[in-house]
Amino acid sequence: MENPYIPYPVRIDDIEIATEDKSLKTFKFVFLNKEDEEKFSYQAGQFAELSIPGIGEIPIGIASSPVEKGFVKFTVFRTGVVTSHLHNMKIGDIMGIRGPLGNWYPWDKLENKNVVIIGGGFAFTTLRSSIIYMLDPANRNKFKNIDVVYGARSPGMLLYREELYEWEKRSDINMHITVDSTDDPNWKYHTGFVPQIVEQNAPKADKDTYAIICGPPIMIKFTQPSLTQLGYKEDQIIMSLENKMKCGIGMCGRCNIGKELVCKDGPVFTLEQINQTPKEY
Amino acid sequence: MNTCINKIRELALELLDKKEVEKVIGFANGTIPLATSPIAITSKQDIEKLVFNSTCGLNLANYLRDQKGKIAVIAKGCDTRNIVTHIVENQIKRDQLFIIGVPCNGMIDQFKIAALFNDEIIEFSEDGDTLNIKSSLKEEKLYKKDYLRENCKVCMHKNPVIYDVLAMDLVEEQTLDNPYPDVDKIEAMDSDKKWQHFQDLTKNCIRCYACKNACPLCYCPTCFVDESSPQWVGKGQNKTDVNTFHYLRAFHCAGRCTDCGACVQACPMDINVRDFTRKLNKDSFEMFGWEAGLDITKRPPLDAYSPDDPDDFIK
Amino acid sequence: MKFITIDKKDWANGIGKSRKTYKLFGPVKDKNGFLIKSLEKDIMPEMDYPDSVMSAKSIIFPQTEKMLCTTLDESQEEHHIMKRVEMDNSPRAILGIRPYDAKAIQIVNLNFDTDDFRDPYWCDALNATTLIGLGINKPGPFDFSTSTGTGPFCEEGLDILMADLDDKYLAKILTDKGKAFMDVCEFEIKADEKESQALFDILRKEAEKNIKSHIDTDKLSEKTILELHDAPFWDDVAFSCINCGTCTFVCPTCWCFDIQDETKQKSSIRFRNWDTCMSSLFTRHATGHNPRATKTQRVRQRFMHKLKYFFDKYDQGIMCVGCGRCVKSCPVNIDIREVCNIMNTYKKQD
Repeated sequence: MENPYIPYPVRIDDIEIATEDKSLKTFKFVFLNKEDEEKFSYQAGQFAELSIPGIGEIPIGIASSPVEKGFVKFTVFRTGVVTSHLHNMKIGDIMGIRGPLGNWYPWDKLENKNVVIIGGGFAFTTLRSSIIYMLDPANRNKFKNIDVVYGARSPGMLLYREELYEWEKRSDINMHITVDSTDDPNWKYHTGFVPQIVEQNAPKADKDTYAIICGPPIMIKFTQPSLTQLGYKEDQIIMSLENKMKCGIGMCGRCNIGKELVCKDGPVFTLEQINQTPKEY
Repeated sequence: MNTCINKIRELALELLDKKEVEKVIGFANGTIPLATSPIAITSKQDIEKLVFNSTCGLNLANYLRDQKGKIAVIAKGCDTRNIVTHIVENQIKRDQLFIIGVPCNGMIDQFKIAALFNDEIIEFSEDGDTLNIKSSLKEEKLYKKDYLRENCKVCMHKNPVIYDVLAMDLVEEQTLDNPYPDVDKIEAMDSDKKWQHFQDLTKNCIRCYACKNACPLCYCPTCFVDESSPQWVGKGQNKTDVNTFHYLRAFHCAGRCTDCGACVQACPMDINVRDFTRKLNKDSFEMFGWEAGLDITKRPPLDAYSPDDPDDFIK
Repeated sequence: MKFITIDKKDWANGIGKSRKTYKLFGPVKDKNGFLIKSLEKDIMPEMDYPDSVMSAKSIIFPQTEKMLCTTLDESQEEHHIMKRVEMDNSPRAILGIRPYDAKAIQIVNLNFDTDDFRDPYWCDALNATTLIGLGINKPGPFDFSTSTGTGPFCEEGLDILMADLDDKYLAKILTDKGKAFMDVCEFEIKADEKESQALFDILRKEAEKNIKSHIDTDKLSEKTILELHDAPFWDDVAFSCINCGTCTFVCPTCWCFDIQDETKQKSSIRFRNWDTCMSSLFTRHATGHNPRATKTQRVRQRFMHKLKYFFDKYDQGIMCVGCGRCVKSCPVNIDIREVCNIMNTYKKQD
């Protein structure tokens, strides 16, 4: 019997400070056993438990993309016991990864559709995974227009800045980067909150357009009306939720919203599904 | 005690009727014999739900925090002492409360009574000092005095220490030559025996935390057992962790515990949690002449400094 | 060979023989009533017992259970690589388990043994366990098991169901595991199958008649999750709750757990503990945000899980076997029977 609690052993291959306040770091892991990488075959939108022996585990969205091989990446906000410990670890340290866990963005359903990606703050990790996946030459023609609205407090708080600016230059993706405010006179992109940028820049809904939202609860709350205004129906709004988790495999019982378990039935739900459950997230 | 319920209901009705309080916190009958349940009455038609009998052993001071508006509370002697502690510790303001004091003749020990029967108790009633208890196999008439909870047997503050109105006449307080025979017994043990005593005491603990959650002193927003950064106590059933919880909790109650017995009543595993707190109560009394919750103007001894402190560590 | 008669005079001897193969567990009197415990050496189970305070679930799903271990000593090979902790999964048997506790184990099994993942700790322990139930001739006053689809002679989940016939037990062997246990005990006096079944039926009917406590669940499915979740009665239900974990810990069907890491010197253990939805920590995010921050939300979660979410998710009735333990043990007497009836009869006001 497979033991779903045993993590794959990994080595920290690289650590990158992701934001100017150093509250986020991106960790690149390589699997100690090559065959584990095969077993850890994932889709954009899934998460994994980062597992530090003696400290604990923490569920984090996978930031690398299925089309990137040889490593997996996670961008981690320093907040609790495990993430604080992880922030103090160094390249070469051994730890574990358990997963991939949960469902993913509905890539089958999104084929031949326009996709609008909306992200805020540090909840851009699985969205990065998704963008890299969609932009991959093997996949790009599966999707129609791709729009991305991504906002952070300030330019230095945007994740994956280099990539963002690269995507900005491409013609096969429409980037709408925004910050709440900035005193940088050379700031070339938007200023303003995500909901407002969505309302002004996101494409109007039609039956072939889907929005994927990931961000702090407050951003999600205020972005929903913007999308509704643009004509998006509940089943065209796809969201990724977070809840406290332990097992990640639907057994320990704490992450439920109604009868759905965020770790196993989610974390990706349509707004239509979420509207039928208690909002306990 | 049975008769005071009419007075309690009358007072509650009047308070709600005149809108002097938003709710009356008291006890309602439980769904099973020997059980009562705290209840908040907000409407006049629910007044009849209020009861008061020898099974109202929980401490209603525990239900007064974070309430809006003025509230009336039915309070036994120990409840009022915890209300005093709450006021002193700034958990509630005196003027938010209307205290209906109930002089108390003691609560009964449900475990001791259950132990008389080989099957479940199906009926309980109380007539003055007589308890009528029935199971499917037998019926017992018991003298209440013989089945009092241990804390009630040694209680010297049966009468409310603070109240706005009394639901019945004050009762006579008992004086005891030695209120702490149980502590003396443990103190007399050698250290191995003592160790064994406390190991045995907690051996069935399931860490449900009913004791601390029933305790009106345990109102910390995050208990030390729940702290994760740093984590003070392990969360498993390791004996050391289980005992650490009990020991530290007891110390947090030092000089504040009123010996209301709610912890013991709440414990599903019949652990005599008072074995921890009683020693600290005795010490508070012997070292500082202190009994918790008697004076609204005084802070507990470990919370205050006085120049005649017997220890000279601070001088 | 389906039914076996066991003279009570032979009981202790047979059980003694089983000890060579099985580690035994059963009801033993403790200071607050009965507990299901390991039956060391010559300790015999007290079969004629009022229900135990704690259910039998801890024999398969211990309150604290080691899962993984590793060394943090970097000079060791395979440091920081977590491995499963070896555990004793040799055969064990629970004697005198109440039929509804066996049914409860089946319910918990739905959580731990799924198409997607199997919890190896639970599955291995369950696999190692033989459940020998004793029908309840005289159900207690808090038993409402007939209205939860179990009942005093329910066979689901059991390997053997016994009936107490004063001077003897009549045992109905339900599985191969049950047969294997009877074989090592050398209980082999066969009883007539037809007669024995008829006797079981009589005893069951007689016992069921004695159950006076009842809940209705027939209308739970008519209401949506949100209707019940948003119903106005939860504050009243929760008022007296002190948010201890008693109800969840005594419950034979509550399966939620927490995972913790501990380190002693250089060796590190990952283990799990029973957790409780009554605790605010259960759902509190590391950021401090808590989707079930109030006690009303937590009390609602417990009853919604048992009586609605589980019901809707598995279509196998409610997540309650009617043992009444939570009713008896709750320090403030919150009664699932009352709450169930409130939920069942609730109609949304338009």
